[in-house]
Amino acid sequence: MTLQEPTPDGRFGEFGGRFVPETLIPAVLELEVEFRKAWADPTFRADLDALLSDYAGRPSPMTECHNLSEELGCRLFLKREDLNHTGSHKINNVLGQALLAQRMGKTRLLAETGAGQHGVASATAAALLGMECCVYMGEVDVKRQELNVFRMRLLGAEVRTAMSGSRTLKDAVNEAMRDWVATVTESHYCLGSVMGPHPYPWMVRTFHEVLGREAREQSEALLGGPPDVVVACVGGGSNAIGIFSGFADAATELVGVEPAGGAAVGRGVPGVVHGMDSYLMQDEFGQVLEAESISAGLDYPGVGPEHSHLASIGRARYEAVTDDEVVEAFQLLSRSEGIIPALEPAHALAWVSRERVSLAGKSVVVNLSGRGDKDVAQMMDILA
Amino acid sequence: MNAPTGDGWSRVIGPVEAALRARRDGGGKCLVVYVTGGLGDDWLDTARAVAAAGADVIEIGVPFSDPVMDGPTIQAANDVALAGGATPVSILDALRGADVGVPLAVMTYYNIAYRMGLERFAQSLTAAGVSGCILPDLPLEEAGPWLDVAAGAGVEPILLAAPTAPDERLPRICERTRGFVYGVGLLGVTGVRSELAASAVEIASRLKPITDVPVLVGVGIGTPDQAVEASRHGDGVVVGSAVVQRMVDRAGPEGVAELVAEFRAALDGS
Repeated sequence: MTLQEPTPDGRFGEFGGRFVPETLIPAVLELEVEFRKAWADPTFRADLDALLSDYAGRPSPMTECHNLSEELGCRLFLKREDLNHTGSHKINNVLGQALLAQRMGKTRLLAETGAGQHGVASATAAALLGMECCVYMGEVDVKRQELNVFRMRLLGAEVRTAMSGSRTLKDAVNEAMRDWVATVTESHYCLGSVMGPHPYPWMVRTFHEVLGREAREQSEALLGGPPDVVVACVGGGSNAIGIFSGFADAATELVGVEPAGGAAVGRGVPGVVHGMDSYLMQDEFGQVLEAESISAGLDYPGVGPEHSHLASIGRARYEAVTDDEVVEAFQLLSRSEGIIPALEPAHALAWVSRERVSLAGKSVVVNLSGRGDKDVAQMMDILA
Repeated sequence: MNAPTGDGWSRVIGPVEAALRARRDGGGKCLVVYVTGGLGDDWLDTARAVAAAGADVIEIGVPFSDPVMDGPTIQAANDVALAGGATPVSILDALRGADVGVPLAVMTYYNIAYRMGLERFAQSLTAAGVSGCILPDLPLEEAGPWLDVAAGAGVEPILLAAPTAPDERLPRICERTRGFVYGVGLLGVTGVRSELAASAVEIASRLKPITDVPVLVGVGIGTPDQAVEASRHGDGVVVGSAVVQRMVDRAGPEGVAELVAEFRAALDGS
């Protein structure tokens, strides 16, 4: 199989949809129309490709980890999204959406952020394209990701602290949606993951497919074919869907790794929040539970609807790792390969490390979705 | 009860719509008041006092963890109610057999209904004596399954009409809504504003000529003067945050009723 376009009503299997207030419906319908037009327009594609290569630094390399492969007993490769401008895969989607927003005549980019990577990428694109940018970030995350807050402000964005609920990513999304309801005429909501109402899960995936295509070509060159296993961390799931898209038609096993405290696929039942019907951590009455993870970027009780679909049809499987395993993996990659990973992809590495026996002799590609500079201050405290 | 509509076929008129039509047809302006369910020990007494003070219909807010259409006041009330242990079941249980005095509607978010199961949710509303239901994150595109279940169970699903809706969308909303059509008064979430948005008058003016269903405007109606102004082109208003603020301030049922009486008097004098 290859990853499919959703149905006209925005479904991947039984998941997805457009569960937003009436006020936002014209905006999401228009966004779908404009995205289709832009994607079919060679000028738009050329503009985006030029930004991805000349500004963001694509293609990102694929690195074979000789030292760690020896230690783990598999053949481990990293797709190096950490080397992109702004330090993560998030820039792929943001450049696409910012260009689209500009084309639609919007003057303001609105974003939510957890770890701050999507916020930084949004602030960067806004600076480049001369747009206003407002980023919502939960109070807990503002504290643990101080460096990214400073970066966003330096880039000219306004960072607004979300004080409601769990004061993490979930609440930053709520605040961004409330802002969007009030400013929909001039604002484009630059959603940072493959979540939210249709067309976001599909559009954001499409913007990240570039990393999957590159990874596939690089696997052909380095391995002579697709790897046995592709592994990526999953919060909302954008980096995972990006790399899965390159291997969905191959015999490659696709593994999404969630934090144990935010395992929407692993622990969730279908629910509707943030515009989508998808697996969701919730109580028996439908109140959304607060996720708890060391990683601000994965601290989210939901997951993108296409992941729910891939899980339900068995095309991808979803595993959970603990914060302690993540801290171990963070140090393991740093020490063995000289690459400091972000805490988010350290989840994927933690799973590979734990599963080393079953992975012995296999070729494994991990999407290294971001670099760890932003997490160094937090890790100094944890490892002290 | 059946009433003819413009396109010639009959539709069922439930208690919410009947009460609002009675007010309108008597030459008055409708007043729907929102009360947060489960907020404090006296929320049910508050609902009764609000009815006695002149509300035609009461919306009982069933708190949800992630209310994206609500501003700070209703969010805060939600948080207090949830922290106090309020659940959809506890609120509906409390309403069962409680004669508030006017028809009731619940306002909550779709996941509360979805988690319970749409059939069971609809049945639990009717069992609790609740006639109407507002789900602000369920747009027309996704409302099909719920509208079918609600029709089967005799629940009035009240749909919202936003200022951003193009003209072709409004008749489709008016056709499917029951009880009333909820005109969203402004671009934004619930909450009191210092001035009435021009969009409040505009949405009422756009809806009124295309439907016989009562047209009420809500979101951003915070004072009796604003209520009068917003009712000029429609059939009445929904008042939420201003009332809930009084509940949060522990004004008690009498204190809340006092405010509702001011709205009633202003609308009656208009």
